[in-house]
Amino acid sequence: MLRSRHLLGIADLTPDEITLVLDTAEAMTEIAARPIKKVPTLRGRTVVNLFFEPSTRTRTSFEVAEKRLSADTLSIAVAQSSVTKGETLLDTVRNLEAMAPDMIVMRHASSGAPHLLARLCRSAIINAGDGMHEHPTQALLDAFTIREHKKRLAGLKVAIVGDLLHSRVLRSNVQLLNKMGADVWACAPSTLMPAELPRFGVTATASIDDAVAGADVVMMLRIQHERMHGHFIPSTREYFTLFGLTADRVRRAKPDVIIMHPGPMNRGVEIDSDVADGPYSVILEQVTNGVAVRMAVLYLLAGHEAQAD
Amino acid sequence: MKLLLKGGRLIDPAAGRDGEFDLLIEDGRVARIGRSLPAEGAQVFEIQRGWIVAPGLIDIHVHLREPGQEHKETIATGTASAVAGGFTAVACMPNTDPVNDHPGITELILRKAAEAKQARVYPIGAVSLGSRGEQMSELAAQKAAGCVAFTDDGRPVASALLMRRALEYAGMLGVPIVNHCEDPSLKGDGVAHEGFHAARLGLRGIPGVAESIMVERDIALAELTGGPYHVCHMSARQSLRAVRAAKARGLTNVTCEVAPHHFVLTDEALETPIRYDTNVKMNPPLREAADRDAMLEGIADGSVDVIATDHAPHHADEKLVEFDRAPFGIVGLETCVPLVFDRLVHAGRIGVARAIELLSTNPARVFRLPGGTLADGAAADVTILAPDAPVTISAAALRSKSKNTPFDGWRLRGAVAATIVGGDVVYRNDGLQ
Repeated sequence: MLRSRHLLGIADLTPDEITLVLDTAEAMTEIAARPIKKVPTLRGRTVVNLFFEPSTRTRTSFEVAEKRLSADTLSIAVAQSSVTKGETLLDTVRNLEAMAPDMIVMRHASSGAPHLLARLCRSAIINAGDGMHEHPTQALLDAFTIREHKKRLAGLKVAIVGDLLHSRVLRSNVQLLNKMGADVWACAPSTLMPAELPRFGVTATASIDDAVAGADVVMMLRIQHERMHGHFIPSTREYFTLFGLTADRVRRAKPDVIIMHPGPMNRGVEIDSDVADGPYSVILEQVTNGVAVRMAVLYLLAGHEAQAD
Repeated sequence: MKLLLKGGRLIDPAAGRDGEFDLLIEDGRVARIGRSLPAEGAQVFEIQRGWIVAPGLIDIHVHLREPGQEHKETIATGTASAVAGGFTAVACMPNTDPVNDHPGITELILRKAAEAKQARVYPIGAVSLGSRGEQMSELAAQKAAGCVAFTDDGRPVASALLMRRALEYAGMLGVPIVNHCEDPSLKGDGVAHEGFHAARLGLRGIPGVAESIMVERDIALAELTGGPYHVCHMSARQSLRAVRAAKARGLTNVTCEVAPHHFVLTDEALETPIRYDTNVKMNPPLREAADRDAMLEGIADGSVDVIATDHAPHHADEKLVEFDRAPFGIVGLETCVPLVFDRLVHAGRIGVARAIELLSTNPARVFRLPGGTLADGAAADVTILAPDAPVTISAAALRSKSKNTPFDGWRLRGAVAATIVGGDVVYRNDGLQ
């Protein structure tokens, strides 16, 4: 049972709740293995996928999860609709709420947008990524993937490398991994490090070699081309030289290291193709596990809602 | 028409007066100050024991929003809010719509203020046309129409050359240039102080040096030109350091102000009690504890000249949006006195006389305004304070048209008992009578 009826971020979850989601997701993977990949758990429930930012991967993953649980789903890409006509976020959602959805899965470019909705709307809100703040289901699926390979999270050295400043994946993962007892290292050029990064509970370094050395998990983050104008890095070429994950660098990690990436990847910018497609890569497994984890989240929040009613 | 304020502790730092006195007002002016003044022919206002009679408080940083944004505030509602907050006079910022860069707009503001018959209003003109930072406004014409200072507040004067010329020209006119210090390239699209809390919440940061780098520049230009220069809503410890150093080397033309929220709150308010509350979004942003402590220190040691509220009303709908899309600013006129008394006076950081200096004497001095004293013959602008009275801030009860305050529900000690403008009692706190 989750304490909150919303999933706004890892910040609100206890270690027990995280374990519950991961254990539930394990049960959900079994559904994907069936010939008919569908259970009636959310029959009669309506879930709205409200995406204010383009996202193929996360949106599809949620849609598949919802359909496997037999929910009625509605996906709206808002960028092209009312918001461009000046309607506020709240008006958009209130209009949708008039159609009585049970849950709203929301992706938004503004940090905290799901928190605003959770305060003011009746529906349960699932944060599918808000600005530079959190992406909780990504962190949960990452944890699920790590646990699948390593059978634990506590005590693992996890190196997170890339554009930390703008990354919601970083913020969710750091909190989750800290809560579960992992040893988190965060690596980026100093221009792409959030203020007071060590207070996040990580070892901050600008040396990828130090970050990767002896790591059980290396998680690469996308370098965002659209942010280059902010003088963050001189060039992608220089970035790759200093921070790119190459096969040579992977050799510094543990022999059974796993390489992760939330996607989409910039091959040759933050990660070499050899590594992305190599034997240590679990990048596609992350995508598969995303569905199971999102099914688990939907299931647990729906159960919460039923009890609350 | 006579009004006798009987009893109470009269404090007038400008006149060096602090003691038990009666104050007789005649025809809107201070007629006599003395002990046990006769009450013949006068209406008597009994001042309760422990209350303070002070020269009318003056807020030199207020946004009245009229003309152009009357859904947020009007001159009538803004000045009603001012007198309820104990302010007998306010100086209003020119970032209206259209911008107050022309005598016609100044005259409109003054006419509306006269009609409202609440606090006195002193318009501040724009340094540059449209506050676009390009061409200097006709400062002399604006001054002739009634402007008491110039600023492009809401935006900085980004061009060092324009700032230099404005200081030279305004210096000739004897009027201060007030700058909203913020290097645009360092601010970028930041929405909160660049620190741990913004980083954790994924909000784009504005570092303290975005402010102080321009304070340093402006001080250099004030030194070069000799023009009167005032730093608005100072928030960063580095800025205070720069102002303190300027004063230490004898630059008497450099002054600064601090807003109550910057000496009361820190960026922790971004997360506590609720995350992403747009009522804690202001510019400059709430900074970290070291900055807040520096402001407290500057207030106590005399480096800070003025407490000004930066009263920035916004309609509830405008604030009920994503944090990064919400406008900057909070209302401040009616929360200032309780915050100053509770957090500064009762906390033992400053005495009552220093509080009055910060809220009345110095604002009048810095902007060269009438008022700020209760000397014989001065206009009878008086604020009566009940320093020990408990106050619970209620956003819904504010007289301002907007209710955007982070202090809703706060329980503080220190209230405004009454406000008198030109001898007329324009506000009386019935809850205290």
